[in-house]
Amino acid sequence: MIPDLFQIGPSLLFVAPLFAAIAAFVRPRAGAGIYLVSAGLITVASLALVLMVGTLGAWRMDLGGWVPPLGIGWQVDGLSVAMLLLTALVMGGAGVYRVAEGDAGHSPLFWPLWLFLWGGLNALFLSADLFNLYVTLELVSLAAVALIAMGGRTALVPAWRYFIATLLGSTVFLMGVALLYGQHGSLDMRLLQGALGPAAIELLASLLITLGLLLKGAVFPLHFWLPAAHGRAPSAVSAALSGVVVTAAFYLMVRLWFGPFSPMLTPALALALGAMGAMGILWGGVMALLQRRLKMLIAYSTVSQLGYVLLVFPLVASGILAAQAWHGAVVLILTHGFAKAALFLSAGVLIRSLGHDRIDRLKGPGQGPALAWLAFALGAVSLVGLPPSGGFMAKWWLLQSALAAGAWHWALVILAGSLLTAVYLFRVLGGPTAGAMTPSSDHSTRAMGFTALILALAAWIPGFVPIPLTGALADTWGMP
Amino acid sequence: MTFYLLLATALFLMALYGVFASRHLLRRILALNVMSTAVFLWLVTVARAAPGLDPVPHAMVLTGIVVTVSTTAVAVVLVVRLRASHRRHDLP
Repeated sequence: MIPDLFQIGPSLLFVAPLFAAIAAFVRPRAGAGIYLVSAGLITVASLALVLMVGTLGAWRMDLGGWVPPLGIGWQVDGLSVAMLLLTALVMGGAGVYRVAEGDAGHSPLFWPLWLFLWGGLNALFLSADLFNLYVTLELVSLAAVALIAMGGRTALVPAWRYFIATLLGSTVFLMGVALLYGQHGSLDMRLLQGALGPAAIELLASLLITLGLLLKGAVFPLHFWLPAAHGRAPSAVSAALSGVVVTAAFYLMVRLWFGPFSPMLTPALALALGAMGAMGILWGGVMALLQRRLKMLIAYSTVSQLGYVLLVFPLVASGILAAQAWHGAVVLILTHGFAKAALFLSAGVLIRSLGHDRIDRLKGPGQGPALAWLAFALGAVSLVGLPPSGGFMAKWWLLQSALAAGAWHWALVILAGSLLTAVYLFRVLGGPTAGAMTPSSDHSTRAMGFTALILALAAWIPGFVPIPLTGALADTWGMP
Repeated sequence: MTFYLLLATALFLMALYGVFASRHLLRRILALNVMSTAVFLWLVTVARAAPGLDPVPHAMVLTGIVVTVSTTAVAVVLVVRLRASHRRHDLP
């Protein structure tokens, strides 16, 4: 029965991590084993959904057979499955890294929280219901806060700051949702599509929802909480947070403003969002340049790189090569996620083998395990956007769209941001490359390095396979 | 009807001020709780105003209460940890 597969596949993505989390909580000793089995299952299911959307097209499902406005709808379309693919590879890869790291100093609660985070993210990327999205955002935030706090004593204050910021974001988001419900009596994105007009209360609701998401996405000037939280967390957690959790807010902004909120996307508003992105690109880049610790540098780089995603609003609003800009932003979210996870994981390997992450004492790739440096370099090249990496494709499309529209200021920001990225990343890589480069001494360091390398290679795929997702991505509801 | 909507708005804004103005960690948690209560009040008022009886806002408020209880629990655990390791109960 093929129709059943359309229901079971997406449901499995939420149910499997949930049950695995409970199992790992009840049997903490078997946590790593439970994780590996469920991660394999979830990854296969995510890949199957990518293939199904790519070949059969997008579909919607009503949970439990209840039709909106009373029930909750999920949508499985190009954008959703692209984000599910990112989640599967980053959460799967970083989890394998954590398994390889071993059990020393490892809280028994890690695996339940990790699986809750994964399940919450999967549901977030599938949901088409605004209140359901609020619940998934909270599920993701709570798991993320607890995982950050596992970074030890120094991580407690950053975890607290993140908690306040993200909870404030959720509550503001919920207020916006309540306002919309009061106006239209519906929470389903597809039912709201076309129903919203430029009335003052609807504009206020959409601005509140966006404000909440800007806070959760650490968009300049609301980025204050991100660097410490991502820099102090355990490395596997940093990879998941920077690679997937923050991008969830950007995903929702793209989804909402090109979907139900599109009648309210005035040129002035698009310009404001783009300007915040541009400020983030430059400010995050400069701050990354000034950091002394490697993980803090990578964390500031997240503030900088995700600013590019917001450029999609003015570029699409200009109407020239809009689809190009849209694809560029989505591929940027994907390649940034892979490359950033690779960077954090290789930083984790370096910290483990060298005992520190002070940039001035790293002395370039002449020291420490070669595998980690290789992963770092490959991830860095994609992050800068040098051809033929995946990051190049993303930034090239954004740049083409900006040039075609004659928007020289955006083109300049794109290039300046790439230059800044190159400077701060090659400051790390710039040391003597020859010397006491050690092959990884033990199995676990080698396995950790390999997971970082695979994620770095994933960031290169869009540069070689001419966008494997094009077929799937084109089938996204609300795409320009 | 209008009175309750205004009350919800006033509570929301007061709580928003409280989140930024207070330094004591517990006060901040309370401010966030008041903020979500303001949203719940708004939703219940909307449900009352609907012709007939609208069950969806009630389901939303019930779910929201469960979420708020969970977030408050996590927040209190963090405060206890911070108190134990940093010997302080306020943060700028």
